[in-house]
Parts: sequence; structure tokens; C-alpha cells
Amino acid sequence: MHEASASEAIVKMAQAEADARSVADGRDYRVTRVDLVVGESTGYMRESLEFYVAASARGTRVEGAALDIRYIKPRLKCPSCGLEFERKKFSFECPSCGTAGVMTGAGREFYIDSIEVDEAAER
Amino acid sequence: MRIELKRAIYAENDELAREINEGLCARGIFTVNVLGSPGSGKTSLIARLAERLGKDSPIAVIEGDVASDIDTRALRALGIDAYQIETGGDCHLNAPMIRAVLGRMSVPDGAWLFIENIGNLVCPAEFVIGEDIKVVVASVAEGSDKPHKYPAAFARSAACALSKIDLKDAVGFDEAFFRAGLSSVAPGAELFPLNGRTGEGVDAFVAWLRGVRESLRRSAQRLSRS
Repeated sequence: MHEASASEAIVKMAQAEADARSVADGRDYRVTRVDLVVGESTGYMRESLEFYVAASARGTRVEGAALDIRYIKPRLKCPSCGLEFERKKFSFECPSCGTAGVMTGAGREFYIDSIEVDEAAER
Repeated sequence: MRIELKRAIYAENDELAREINEGLCARGIFTVNVLGSPGSGKTSLIARLAERLGKDSPIAVIEGDVASDIDTRALRALGIDAYQIETGGDCHLNAPMIRAVLGRMSVPDGAWLFIENIGNLVCPAEFVIGEDIKVVVASVAEGSDKPHKYPAAFARSAACALSKIDLKDAVGFDEAFFRAGLSSVAPGAELFPLNGRTGEGVDAFVAWLRGVRESLRRSAQRLSRS
């Protein structure tokens, strides 16, 4: 469920952009690729996003688009030695002094970086 | 042709949430989005908060559930003005749902508005719905590892109510481990051990809520003067 509504929003956003461009250019674009940026601490899984985006894209300009997901590792800051470090899976520990690190903003991203559109093939 | 978007997936929801919050703030309404697992004690806590805060301000509650209006009926039986959102399957509340329910209820100016989100520590953390703050309710019975396992719900919350504290020994709750997890994922979050049935510990949470509301009111005044 978590990825389902997110995927619908992704398809809707890409579709709206392709619609607007199609009208502006007097062409019939379809979306061939969606570049997504996802912070790991949002918990959106690649397999689920791929599955649900493909499912919600059916019958839209986004149908068949490649989904490219770039994951961003959460970064933590150590409250005692000040080191900023990438969070290792299953751990909050500072690699330098072992204190539990504190979450920074990095890792919470969830946005469409860009899309690619191409003219629809003759039907 | 490549088109750069750089647009947040939930931009539409976030924009609507901002409008809802502005509308509520303009009427002096303070809105709290209450997160927590199913059965963590969200409704009981809201009832205890309403008893205390209701002495000097009006209270309104929006109850979010996948199905049923059990919580709304329980709160109404206590004389609390409560409205139900039944999502029919959705695992979180979103801003359009809040706009719709606000259209059929009348929240008095200056009220405390509590929105009880769907019992779930995952999706509700990702959505703003017009609230001033989020708080998360976690019961000791869920175990001491919850901040470690569901970091987003705790990280987005300004405070954590640690409920069913009377069961601490019975379930072997490790409070130090819980606190360590909470301070890692949410360094600024306050922790309030309490019992939503007896009201033990609730006064400290109420005092904190009043303090946050007052300080937000003051900073809004400063902003509007500048």
C-alpha cells in the first residue's frame, strides 16, 4: 500500500507534464523514462515502486516508461565527535567513536528529477 | 527529450496541507496529527487530553480508520466533538481527506484539533495533512525497538507519548534502549511516559502541548509584525 499511492502520484505527475508538453508543442508525446530520487529512510522499495508504477501507468502516456531510481543513503552526524557519516544498514553507530549518530536531512528525498519524452509512434 | 522536473512526489498534497494549515491557524486553531501503531492507545490519550485541555478551549477530533466508527462513537460518548474518516483501505490520511472532513464539521475558533491518523507507523509519517505538529504514541507492549525499526514516524514527530507505562515490567520493556533509539532518529523529540487509561503522566504532556502552542503563536505574531 505504501508504494501504491506514491506510484499513482508519480505516474500522474509524469503524465501531466507530458500532456502539457504535447499541447505546447502540438505533438503527441509519451514518457519513455522517469528518473526518480529516493532517500532510503523514506522506505520506498525498488521492486514495489517498479511494480506499482508499471501497473498505474497502463493506458496512460507513461505506459512502458523505464523507471530509473537513484537511492540516497541516509547520513548521520555523531553528537560527540561531530563526524558526518553514511548510515550502514542496521546501525546508527559512528564509525570513528561508536556513539549513536543523529539523523540529518539526507535520506528523506522523494522526487522526480526528470522525465524523458518521445513522440508516440504512429498508431 | 529530457525534461527536468525536480518536483516532490507529494507536492500537490503538501501544497493543500499548507493551505489547510494556514486556514486553521488564521482562526487560532492548533492542530495535532497523532501517529501510532494500531492499539498503541491513541484514542485513549486523546480522550485524556480532551478532558484536560477542554477546560479552557474547545476540542475537536478527526478520527481516521480503515473501517468502522468505533473510536468516534467512544469519543462522542464522552461528550467530545469527533468526526470519522473511513478510508476503506488507504493506510494513511492525506490532505484532501482532511479538507473534505473539515467541510462537514465546524471547528470552533481557538480550538485544539486532534487528528488521529490510521494505526500504522509507516505511511502516515510521509504525509502532511495540515497539522502544526505530529506526535507519535508508542506503547511499551510494542517493544523497545520501535524508533530503530520505524525511524520516519519518530523523526517527524515533535514528541513521543510512551503509553501503557503500567505494563512496563510485565512486558520487559527496555526504556534505555527505547530512549537511545529515539534520540538517534529524533534528537529534539520529547518523551512522555504515561498511562492513557488512568491519566498518569498525562499532565506533563498537556503542559508541553500548551507550551508548544504558545511558542508557535508568539513566533507567528512576530512574523506578522515584521
